[in-house]
Amino acid sequence: MDLENQKRVKNFTEQYGAENIVVLLGAAEGEASGLAAETVTNGDPTYAGPLTGVQLGLRVYHVCEPEMKEEFDPDIYSEQVEMMEMVLDVDDIINEMTAIREQFCKY
Amino acid sequence: MGILAGKKVIVIGDRDGIPGQAIELCAQSAGAEVVFSSTECFV
Amino acid sequence: MKSVIKGAGYILVHTPDMVIHNGTTQTTERIVNPEGEYLKELPGHLRSFEQTLSYYPNQVYIGNMTPDALAAVPQPWYDKECPKCDRYGQFGQIMPQEEFILLMQACDVFDLVKIDREFVAAHKAALAANEVIDESIVNRVAEGVDAAEIARLVSEEHSEGLYHNGQLVGCVNRAHDIDVNLSAHVMHENLVSKASSVLALLSAIRNAGIAKEDVEYVIDCSEEACGDMNQRGGGNFAKAAAEIAGLSAATGSDTRGFCAGPAHALVEAAALVAAGAYKTVVVTAGGCTAKLGMNGKDHVKKGLPILEDMLGGCAIVLTQDDGVNPVVNLGILGRHTVGTGSAPQAVIGSLVTDALDRAGLKVTDVDKFSPEMQNPDITKPAGAGDVPLANYKMIAALAVKRGDIEKKDLASFVAERGLTGYAPTQGHIPSGVPYIGFARNEIAAGNMKRVMIIGKGSLFLGRMTNLFDGVSFVIEANEGEKKAEDSISEEEVKSMIAKAMREFAESLMAKAE
Repeated sequence: MDLENQKRVKNFTEQYGAENIVVLLGAAEGEASGLAAETVTNGDPTYAGPLTGVQLGLRVYHVCEPEMKEEFDPDIYSEQVEMMEMVLDVDDIINEMTAIREQFCKY
Repeated sequence: MGILAGKKVIVIGDRDGIPGQAIELCAQSAGAEVVFSSTECFV
Repeated sequence: MKSVIKGAGYILVHTPDMVIHNGTTQTTERIVNPEGEYLKELPGHLRSFEQTLSYYPNQVYIGNMTPDALAAVPQPWYDKECPKCDRYGQFGQIMPQEEFILLMQACDVFDLVKIDREFVAAHKAALAANEVIDESIVNRVAEGVDAAEIARLVSEEHSEGLYHNGQLVGCVNRAHDIDVNLSAHVMHENLVSKASSVLALLSAIRNAGIAKEDVEYVIDCSEEACGDMNQRGGGNFAKAAAEIAGLSAATGSDTRGFCAGPAHALVEAAALVAAGAYKTVVVTAGGCTAKLGMNGKDHVKKGLPILEDMLGGCAIVLTQDDGVNPVVNLGILGRHTVGTGSAPQAVIGSLVTDALDRAGLKVTDVDKFSPEMQNPDITKPAGAGDVPLANYKMIAALAVKRGDIEKKDLASFVAERGLTGYAPTQGHIPSGVPYIGFARNEIAAGNMKRVMIIGKGSLFLGRMTNLFDGVSFVIEANEGEKKAEDSISEEEVKSMIAKAMREFAESLMAKAE
């Protein structure tokens, strides 16, 4: 994850408390989603950014996951995101995200 | 009680996946407050 | 007047040492994680020049193999050897680092680039032997300075080192002691962009078969900025490159739009020619050192070579209608507007279907779409997926939604009207334009009628707006003879109107009398 984005995640978590934060991702495939999710839960796996070794354990979802779709206004989701379900490997994304949450999410 | 309603949301979109702005609109529709939104680019 | 695509030049430069010293992934890593494994492992993953020559996507980029032939080669490609491994191709060439370092010095007009005299002596003949480099450029290569002087400049004067095979062989000096916009780092980046743009310009002009004096305007559409602290992006890369390339009759300017820059520039160039403002316009772009090794961490982690070791460059020559070459149809322009939003379907809709709708065309009226042609060998291991394929799936999905194709034909639509990505991840370089050379060939041969070029840009990276951007245009067959008939009849109509007006005026005057 971009270093500036890591810094923002860290600062907002300090400001609002980890229990009040949800991170929403739009990554293009499973592995990238998993790496971003790992960054905001268990720390930066690339050891480059401000979240290196910082275990925030935040709630994190990909925008195409069923738990999220259930909460969005269906019209807005359909207009903004739905077509990408035909493009992305959503099952792979769900698997990666679920694995990371089960392992590292604290909330 | 949902996951998003009343929460502070940080959006990390992707230029070749779903861009930040599109995710923002979805999160807001679920009653979340978007505190930060960004779109990453790997190309 | 219509504008036609007269020719194109595509070049690559192999710059393994610049990956280490100038790519931002590496320079950032040196700051945040200097003792990390990545920097230690990186040199062992760099390719030799010969390896880059026998890399399939590189041979496609310079025109020795078609994208369709590449599609038939199973991915990944980094572990395969292309049987074709020439450094020259129908569109341009792959230049080795040692020639490029000398070309950078030749492109420096401010006495900033210093090269080790032994290095100059060893490689000047190779630059002189280059197909597109003439005497006027070779004569600009200075004799060089002592190695000790270069070492001193790098250690004491903040000069940016130029390395070859791990050895310091030259440097780029800062152009100002205080102004960061003229720092050695910025001057290095800009001279690389300029030198690779010059190489692309020379290739395109040669391929188009025009004289240098014919070029009246040059548009640079790279992603760099040159200027000093009082005008940081003042420009003008275009004219600077045109000067070295010997385009003495040309003026020019820079157009920027992130990765969409080349598509914007081509629309502008086509409009300038069509309007009659300039007869011949060349759009050019050099490469970008910052993006070298951009996804290197993922490549190294997965045991791949560093595939982002190539600078890219391209140039397209547009001239007034010659009745033969493919035409840029300015009547079919796609545009992502301020109000379009960032939803992927809205973006593709604005660039593809809205444009075709305005022209009364279906998605299936376009033979090939050339959106972002990033090489998937590079992007897939880095988590960005197959970028061109994602674009084709979106276009196909929209086509189904509109009823232009059946849902069962989705896959065949992508295979027939799509292309396999082969361009280096150099930002603006892969964005739509790599296919123009092939499109010109295919249309001229009668194999295709219409090709749509699509450029997209991530404006939000500049932190001035959250907007996305994109623009598209269509290149189509030149219906030369039919056009000639039309223009004759147009002339006749004009003279008939003029005659009628004269008679009308005469009759009015007669009445007044």
